[in-house]
Amino acid sequence: MQQSDRRQFLKLAGLAGVTFTAGLFPKGPADAQAADFHFVQISDTHWGYKGPANPDAEHTLEKAIVTVNGLATRPDFIVFTGDLTHTTEDGATRRARMKRFKEIVSALAVKDVRFMPGEHDASLDKGEAYKEFFGATHYTFDHKGVHFIALDNVSDPAAKLGDEQLAWLAADLKQRKRDDRIVVLTHRPLFDLAPQWDWTTADGGKAIDLLMPYQNVVVFYGHIHQEHHQMTGHIAHHAAKSLIFPLPAPGSQPKRVPLPYDASMKGLGTRDVAMSSKVSITELPVTKA
Amino acid sequence: MKRRVFAALLIGGAAAGAVRLAAQPQDEVGIAASRFEFTPDTVKVKVGQPVTLVLTSLDRIHGFKMPQLGIRTEIIPDQETRLTITPDKTGTFTFFCDVFCGDGHEEMAGTLIVEA
Repeated sequence: MQQSDRRQFLKLAGLAGVTFTAGLFPKGPADAQAADFHFVQISDTHWGYKGPANPDAEHTLEKAIVTVNGLATRPDFIVFTGDLTHTTEDGATRRARMKRFKEIVSALAVKDVRFMPGEHDASLDKGEAYKEFFGATHYTFDHKGVHFIALDNVSDPAAKLGDEQLAWLAADLKQRKRDDRIVVLTHRPLFDLAPQWDWTTADGGKAIDLLMPYQNVVVFYGHIHQEHHQMTGHIAHHAAKSLIFPLPAPGSQPKRVPLPYDASMKGLGTRDVAMSSKVSITELPVTKA
Repeated sequence: MKRRVFAALLIGGAAAGAVRLAAQPQDEVGIAASRFEFTPDTVKVKVGQPVTLVLTSLDRIHGFKMPQLGIRTEIIPDQETRLTITPDKTGTFTFFCDVFCGDGHEEMAGTLIVEA
């Protein structure tokens, strides 16, 4: 699908937000026959959160699902980039939240759904409950000529990928050609976005070093509850909004406290990502306009 | 008996993170970590004067990170972690827990004030 066509159908669906277009694959796709496609990224749903930052927390996820189901063209798949549930000390409550989360997202019309953990899901028990409900915390898959790598930088509560996972990543990348199209999915930023707010991954630089020889790499992540775009060399990193509460711009104030609740839900949302020789990111509000 | 972990740091400016041995008696400041606070959460020290931060945990493993000064360590229960620092510039520096410890972890932070 051409980009202009995609913008048109989103507009017609009443969903069009700001579209960000980046030179995603600067060297062009390795496989000239690779089909274009789009997927939806949903992040930081924090199911189970209760607090003034989002009095609508029990319904926001359901509203977003209605919006995604209303897209005129269904995405090929949907990926959740972590913090599916809000943290709790109690293992039974954690599992109850994960169970309820799965029930809610089963309403998604698209059934190819990929999950990833955030620190709220996995840091207190090193991913034990998460694995029971959602499976592996890091994995790869291929879709229409693009290689996707989901990295786990949260099961270690110190926000490390760890040597074992880095070795796994290195082994996977060795099987790739230098101009393959590679998309990395992760929860926390791999680079030092705002170290004074701990918006980083302790050993994320090692992952970036491993990825750097590959010409066509883009990273999608969550954690910071806002849209953000940054380059490390030729690698683009795109952070997604949350579905619970927005956070301030990186390092813009002493503490990373939630922004005041806005009943219009400005600052919350999901995104549609169109993949071709470029990437187009269309931010989707929680509900239709 | 509590185990002790020692580190001596000269902090501030380009010298952040450089290690030197502490040769003379120093002031000590105890900082206790617990879900989800540091006690005290504000520490005042003098520029150019060595001070030892004695870090303890009352419940579980926490982190202690001051990226502006290149300091990062873990605080383990039943163990003292001692950081000797000599600030060489005045200012206000944030420290925080960087080991996820639960709902409230994001607010677990404190301030080091280096005075003239």
